[in-house]
Amino acid sequence: MGTITQSPPRKIREVIEKAVIRFCGDSGDGMQVTGTQFSNTVALYGNDLATFPDYPAEIRAPAGTLPGVSGFQIHFGSTEVYTPGDAVDALVAMNPAALKMNLADLKKNGTLIVNADDFQPADLKKAQMASSPLEDHTLDAYRLFPVELTKLTGAALKELGLDAKSVDRCKNFFALGMCYWLYNRSMDSTFRWIEDKFKTKPLLIEANKLAMKAGYAYCEATEAFQVSYEIPPAKLEPGVYRSISGNTALALGFVAASQKAGIPLFLGSYPITPASDVLHELSKFKDFGVKTFQAEDEIAAVTSAIGAAYSGALGITTTSGPGMALKTEALGLAVAVELPLVVCNIQRGGPSTGLPTKTEQADLLQALYGRNSEAPLPVLAAATPGDCFWIALEASRIALKYMVPVIVLSDGYLANGAEPWRIPNVSELPEIPVHFATNPEGFLPYSRDPDTLARPWAIPGTPGLEHRVGGIEKQDGTGNLNYEPLNHEKMCRLRAAKVEAVAQEIPDVVPAGDPEGDLLIVGWGSTYGSITAALKAQRAMGRKIGHVHLRYLNPLPKNLGNVLKKYKKVLVPEMNMGQLLVLLRAKYLVDAQGYDKIQGKPFKQAELEAKIEEVLA
Amino acid sequence: MSTDTLPVYTKKDFQTDQDVRWCPGCGDYAILSAAQAVFPELGIPREKFVIVSGIGCSSRFPYYMNTYGFHGIHGRAPAIATGIKITRPDLEVWVATGDGDSLSIGGNHTIHMLRRNVGIKVLLFNNRIYGLTKGQYSPTSEFGKKTKSTPYGSPDRPFYPLSLALGADATFVARSVDVFQPHLKTTLKRAAAHRGSAFIEIMQNCNIFNDGAWESLTEKEVREDHIIAIEHGKPLVFGKNKDKGIRMNGIELEVVQLGNGVTENDVIIHDEKNHNPAYAFLLSRMDSTPGFPTPIGVLRAVEAVRYEDRIAEQIREVTAKHGKGDLAKLLRQGDTWEVK
Repeated sequence: MGTITQSPPRKIREVIEKAVIRFCGDSGDGMQVTGTQFSNTVALYGNDLATFPDYPAEIRAPAGTLPGVSGFQIHFGSTEVYTPGDAVDALVAMNPAALKMNLADLKKNGTLIVNADDFQPADLKKAQMASSPLEDHTLDAYRLFPVELTKLTGAALKELGLDAKSVDRCKNFFALGMCYWLYNRSMDSTFRWIEDKFKTKPLLIEANKLAMKAGYAYCEATEAFQVSYEIPPAKLEPGVYRSISGNTALALGFVAASQKAGIPLFLGSYPITPASDVLHELSKFKDFGVKTFQAEDEIAAVTSAIGAAYSGALGITTTSGPGMALKTEALGLAVAVELPLVVCNIQRGGPSTGLPTKTEQADLLQALYGRNSEAPLPVLAAATPGDCFWIALEASRIALKYMVPVIVLSDGYLANGAEPWRIPNVSELPEIPVHFATNPEGFLPYSRDPDTLARPWAIPGTPGLEHRVGGIEKQDGTGNLNYEPLNHEKMCRLRAAKVEAVAQEIPDVVPAGDPEGDLLIVGWGSTYGSITAALKAQRAMGRKIGHVHLRYLNPLPKNLGNVLKKYKKVLVPEMNMGQLLVLLRAKYLVDAQGYDKIQGKPFKQAELEAKIEEVLA
Repeated sequence: MSTDTLPVYTKKDFQTDQDVRWCPGCGDYAILSAAQAVFPELGIPREKFVIVSGIGCSSRFPYYMNTYGFHGIHGRAPAIATGIKITRPDLEVWVATGDGDSLSIGGNHTIHMLRRNVGIKVLLFNNRIYGLTKGQYSPTSEFGKKTKSTPYGSPDRPFYPLSLALGADATFVARSVDVFQPHLKTTLKRAAAHRGSAFIEIMQNCNIFNDGAWESLTEKEVREDHIIAIEHGKPLVFGKNKDKGIRMNGIELEVVQLGNGVTENDVIIHDEKNHNPAYAFLLSRMDSTPGFPTPIGVLRAVEAVRYEDRIAEQIREVTAKHGKGDLAKLLRQGDTWEVK
C-alpha cells in the first residue's frame, strides 16, 4: 500500500425524496439485468419503488438501431411510490439510438450519462443522426457526462485476459456501479447476484465485480461527479418485504392456493409473451407437487387443465390475448361442465400479435363475453404486481367454492413491473375448503349447493360415483343429455345465477379519497398506481375526488351503483377504447366519460391530472 | 384396492341406463359391445376407468359406458385425457374418437400425445366420413371420393392413420375391425396391457353416409385375400389357402406366392417389438399398392418411459433432495428486508 498523497475531492451528498432513473441501450446491452439489479438494491435498502421494463419484441434487433432499444425505469423514494414516474431524473444511454429514443423523457437539467465510445459516425448513422449530439449542443439543457464506458471497462479488466466480447458485456455493470455511487447504494446485493449467476464461471464473477467497482470508483475519483444523492428508506407498513413482479406473485399465489386447498396444482401452458414467466416459476416448484405441462398449443394448455380439474387438481392455465382467443371454446366447455379452473390472461397490445412486449388492458370485454352463447364466468383483475398474489388466491378460492372457471386479468406492465411486497404470514392467507363427493347414496352430478349453486366435485376413482359430463346440454340434477327447451333455459339461468352468487362475498367498494364530491374515478387493473398518484396530487389542490378501483369485474360489487351516484361526474381511464366504460354505462345508466390511452404504455400521472382538470373545469 | 376385493364384473356393469342413439346398424354398436365385454375382464375397479371423447358419432361413446366419462370438444380429447393422466396416473384413461376428430381438428393433440407416450388408449373409429355432420369427406376418405362437400370428388390425399401414429413414434399401434369381434376384443386387451400410449384404428362402417366403407376388405368371400392378421413371431402369410406371403426386397415389401421353392421361411416373421418404426411403417401402408393385403393386429408394441411417470418421478426426486416444500419459506425466498 502506498501512502495517500492526495485527498479525494470533496463531494456533496444531497438528501432528496424521490428519484426516477432509466437505463437504456441495445437489447444486447443487458439493460433489463441492470435495471433489475438497481431496483433490488433500492428495495433492500427500504425505499418504496415501482419499475417499468420496456423492451422490444425482437430478441436482438440489429445492434445499435432504433428498434433494438431496450429500457428499464425505476422510480424510488422515501415516501409512497405509485408509478414508475413520468419524467426521468437520471438517464443512462449506452448508445446514440438509446439516447434518441429516450431523451424526450429526461427532465431539463437532468443527469445524462452516455457511453461516449459509442458515438462514432457508424453508430450515429445506425441511429439516423446527422451529427453527434455530444458535440452539436443538442444536450446543453442536461448535465451531460460523456463517459468512455467501453474503454474504461476494458482498462479495468485488462489483467483478467478475457476475450474482447466478454469484456464488452461487462460495461453495463460499470454503468451500474456509477449509479450506485450516484445514489449512495451498496453494491453488496449485486455482488451476491453475480456470484450466484456465474457460479460455474469464476472469471466472469471477477470481471463483473471489477467492472462495477471500477464504475463506482470512477465517480468517486473524477471531478466531473460532484453531487450524489441520498434517498432515505420509506415508511412502509411494518413487516418483512421482498421485491416482487406480477408474474412471480401470480405463481406464488397459485402455490399458496394449492397448499391452502390441500389439492395438487396443475398448470397447462403454452409459451407466450408476457405470460411465460409464470410457467417458468411454477415449473421449479416440484417440491410442492406442482405439475406443469408445456402443451403443444394454447388449446391443449386449457383443455389439459380442465382434465386436471376433473381429476381433482387445482387446474390453471396462463396466457396472453392471442392465446386467450384460442382457449375460447374450451372456456365454454368449462362453464358447461362446471369445473373449477383459473385462466390468467396477461394482457398485451393487440389486436392479433399486436405489441407482444407492450402493455394494454383491452381484453376486458373478451373476458366477459368472448364465448359462444350464454357463458358467464367470474372475472378478477389485479391492481399492482403484489396484488397478483392475492388475486391468484381469490380466483382459486372462488373457482373451487362455486365450481366455476374464473378469469384473472393482469397485463404486461404488472407482469414485469416490480414493487416492494409485504410477505404475508401463512396464517393470514384465506382458508380454501375443498369437498370431494364420496357418498353414492342419492348422488346426482348436477345437484346443487343451495348457497353457492355449485355442483358436487366427484372425481374419478371414487367408487359408486361413476357419471358422465360433457359440453352437450344436460338435465339439471342428473346431468343426462337433454335438449328440452325449458331445461335449457333453466340451465342457462342456473349457470348465470351461480356466477352472480359470487357477489354475496365481494366486499363493498369504499372509494379512496372523498366519499362523495365532484368526480369519481373508476379504474381497474394496472392503472391503479397512476390514478392513485394523480388523485393524491389533485386532492392536495382542494378538489373533491374519489377513486374506486375494481378488482372484481364480474360480478361487480353490489354497492357500486350507489357509489357512482354520489359524485357529480364519473371518469373511467383505461388503456383501451372504453371497455369498462361501456359496462358501467349499460349496467348503471350513468353518464360516465372515458379517458383512453392505447399506446402500449401506462398512463402518466401528469396525463391523468390534466384530464381531471379538464373534466372539472 | 387389491384384486381379491375386486367385484366380479359382468358386461352389464359397464352398460348405462341411457338410450344408445347411434343409427341402427352402425358399426359403433359392435365396438361398444366389445369394450363392454373386455373391461370387466381387465381386473381393474370400474371407478378407475375414465373415457374421454371429442365430437362426432364415436364421441358419444362415454355416455354408454358406465364408467367416469368426459365428452369434450372437437378434437381435444387427447389433451383433456393428458391432463387427467398427469394428475392421476393410477386411472385407466381411454379416448374414443373418430377420423375427423382425431386426424383433422385434433391432429395436433393426437400426435403430441403419442410422441410423449402418455398412458392413454385411443380407439379411433375410422369410417372415412363425417357422419354427425351428415356426410362430408374426412381425412381418411379416398382420393376422388364423392361426398356432399366434394360433388366432383375429393381432391385430398388421405392419411394412413397407422403411418401417422408411427411417424409420431407411438409405442403401441394396432388395427382391428368392428365386425371382427374376437379380434377386436383381443386387440383391446393388448392395448389395455400396454404401458404408454396405445393407438388402435378400428375400421368401422357408417351404414348411412358411407355404407360399405370397408366392404371390399371385410366381406367374407374376399376377407382372407385382402386382410392379413399379423401376430408377433408368426410369418406374414395370408390368402384363403394361406399360400401368399410378404417378403422384404431391399427396402420394399413384396407379395410372394408360396410354393415352387418359396416357403414360410422366406417371408417376414412379424416383430412388433422392433424399435425401428420403419418396419411397422412399411406394413402400415403396404395396402396402398395393389395386390397387398391390409394388416390387422398389433403392428408395434415397444416399451418407453411413460410421460406421467417421468413427471411424478421428477417430483419425487426434487422432493427427496430438498424436502417437502414449505410455503412460508417459499414466500420469503430471495432477498428480503424488514420494516419496523
